[in-house]
Amino acid sequence: MTWPRRHFTGWLLLAFFLVGLFPKANALPAFARKYGLRCSACHEAWPMLNYFGQKFKDNGYQLMNDRDAPIWQNPSYWPVTFRITPYWHRESTDKVLVDSVTGNPNSAPVEHQVTSHGFDLTGLDFHTGGTLEKNISFYVLPSSDPTGSFHFETAMARLDNLFGSSWFNLKLGKFELDNLVSEKRILTLTPISGTYQTYHFLPPNDANIYGQIGDNQLGLEYMGHSYNDRTRVSAALLSTSDGNVNLASGTNSYTGFFTASQAFDAGKLGVQRVGFYAMLGEAPISFLTSGGVPIPGTGTSTKGFSREGFVGLFYLGKLDFLVVTQHGSDSAWFGQGYGNAIAPSNGTPSGTGLNCVPGTCTLPATARAPSWNGFLVETHYVYNPQIIFIQRSEWERVSQQADTGLPSNLGNTDMYTFGFRWYPIMTSRAGFAWHNEYSWLRTVGGSPVSGTDLTSSSLMSGFDFDF
Amino acid sequence: MRTHLLNWSLLLSVVLVLSLTAVSGAQNTAYQENQWMEGAVSHIGKLTGHAKNAREDYRRYCVGCHGELGDGEGENAPWLDPKPRNFTLAQFKCRSTPTGTLPMDEDLFNTIARGLDTSVMPPWNTFTKQQRADLVAYVKHFSARWQTEKPGTPIQIPSAPEVTADRIKAGQEVFRKLECWKCHGVEGRADGPSADTLTDDQNRSIKPFNFHDGVRFKCGSTDQDIYKVFMTGLDGTPMPSFADNVKPDEAWDLVFYLRTLQPMHSKEKEIARQLGLKPIDPNAPPPAAAPQQ
Repeated sequence: MTWPRRHFTGWLLLAFFLVGLFPKANALPAFARKYGLRCSACHEAWPMLNYFGQKFKDNGYQLMNDRDAPIWQNPSYWPVTFRITPYWHRESTDKVLVDSVTGNPNSAPVEHQVTSHGFDLTGLDFHTGGTLEKNISFYVLPSSDPTGSFHFETAMARLDNLFGSSWFNLKLGKFELDNLVSEKRILTLTPISGTYQTYHFLPPNDANIYGQIGDNQLGLEYMGHSYNDRTRVSAALLSTSDGNVNLASGTNSYTGFFTASQAFDAGKLGVQRVGFYAMLGEAPISFLTSGGVPIPGTGTSTKGFSREGFVGLFYLGKLDFLVVTQHGSDSAWFGQGYGNAIAPSNGTPSGTGLNCVPGTCTLPATARAPSWNGFLVETHYVYNPQIIFIQRSEWERVSQQADTGLPSNLGNTDMYTFGFRWYPIMTSRAGFAWHNEYSWLRTVGGSPVSGTDLTSSSLMSGFDFDF
Repeated sequence: MRTHLLNWSLLLSVVLVLSLTAVSGAQNTAYQENQWMEGAVSHIGKLTGHAKNAREDYRRYCVGCHGELGDGEGENAPWLDPKPRNFTLAQFKCRSTPTGTLPMDEDLFNTIARGLDTSVMPPWNTFTKQQRADLVAYVKHFSARWQTEKPGTPIQIPSAPEVTADRIKAGQEVFRKLECWKCHGVEGRADGPSADTLTDDQNRSIKPFNFHDGVRFKCGSTDQDIYKVFMTGLDGTPMPSFADNVKPDEAWDLVFYLRTLQPMHSKEKEIARQLGLKPIDPNAPPPAAAPQQ
């Protein structure tokens, strides 16, 4: 054993011991302050919801007692929570395209490992949500990137329990899709693991950015559930804009997202849930041009795409498994790089996608509709409500490349992450977590010059807190 | 190399000393608590709940209000009204057993799933039945009463008679006679002359139920649940048991009358509307008894 390693082991032991000595935990501040419940009541480990938290959300952020209306709150109560994470991290990518002679753009490109580390910040989230009145709820989330540039991640209002039935709830605005395994409440935070690969995967050359079920979307959602939330269904009609405003990417194109799930009582093990989801949509590939440049909002010639899969939440006492599968399929046109001629985020020609000019664009004979399968399993060991150990493995496999000439495994992706979060002071007033994680990602054939596998890794340790 | 060994030994020694100190201090308390917990069980139908299995759930979901010791002094207690239940007293509002007695395990089991309207206690129906049974056992382990007393015998609830206009009028008379109006007000709006003076057993201010406020009652929403409240009382509150003063028929009449005060549409409300039923006049003499048939 080398000396530094010995040091490391010793300090790790001490850290674990101190963790054990810390006072017991006492949750999501805005809602927790309103209802006086600890965050652990709604979160398996915040921000991830447990069953009770999911039911609270499904009820429109209401406990369904007589204290839901804001009239019951102290007038000074302001339902706002902010969250940010200062952290140290180390990022490494093994094959980055660089000039063989630094500073000489004409020199041959080569691959080089790039590693950097240092202290950093995440973006800042301002969560505000709750009830406007009994059975009318809202959620607004202005969110910034690490430089402080803000956008609206969520802005929606919801009519809850229409006709006095939990089976009729309507939501309008920009919102998170009804994913049981929520990317917005993800427990892993590195640049690699901060999103679910399975929710965003695309085969090589595919330019369809609209099927990302992890992104918040603009639309109208119907949701219904049984009184105890054992049975849940939802259907959403969304603008095909990946949640971006101003209809920049195309007009008259819509996407549907459908889910259903059923939970089962498994005695001592807890409540198990299985369900499915399906996203069916269309997006434009042809835009009118001005001076040859695509004009925002003029998209036509819509082509189809779909994402569907199963979800399972399985609890075995302190151990639980989240399982998501996905089968994705895009039109062959997307596979040839059409579909993203306008960047939906800012309405400018993005340059990453091709514009199919009517009458001139054709599909090559080798073009096929790309399809793929994804699988993720995330495991948590909840030692107690204050300490959670996390691992996640994701595998994305292209089942049909967009072009017959491409290697069958090109673009396949593996991602593994593991870490732990420790919540030393989990109260109903604020949340604090010491987050530690290591993630690793490999993309088959992803390196820019040699076409070999591209791998990257991320290590982080930070203080994740909200108030 | 020697310095490294020295550092390593020093670190281990510190860990060892701190461990021993922490362990010895907690040993006695933990032993005692474990003993109590081992013995605490609940029986709901075929389910047997064990307190020791609910330790984590209690800590996760309940402790913020009810406190680590079950004394109702959780960190949120100062801001809650009504205050969280003090389990160490083993005194519960929603029971099927007579006043002053311990509730059945099933009463606690149902309360956890139903929640308590007019308080912040939500319906915890997301738990499995086993989890709830375990939590019932956990709640019981806080009080020695469960070791020395048995729950009371559940009251008998006769089947509900048919709702008639006469029964509703009779129920209104029971409401007057039992002086329910003194706390609940003549229209059931929780504004009776005594409403502002009420305190619970721990001398904390408490409000009577406003029948116009919601569709649910604290201890359940069925007619049988309301019946039970008169006959068992809400222990720890000024709401007494009327088991000795009210006959079962009269209790049913009162149930029907109280339904007319609630905001939602009901058969009773419709009959009251047709009758043109007016709020009671507490000063009016009681109506003459109907002649015997």
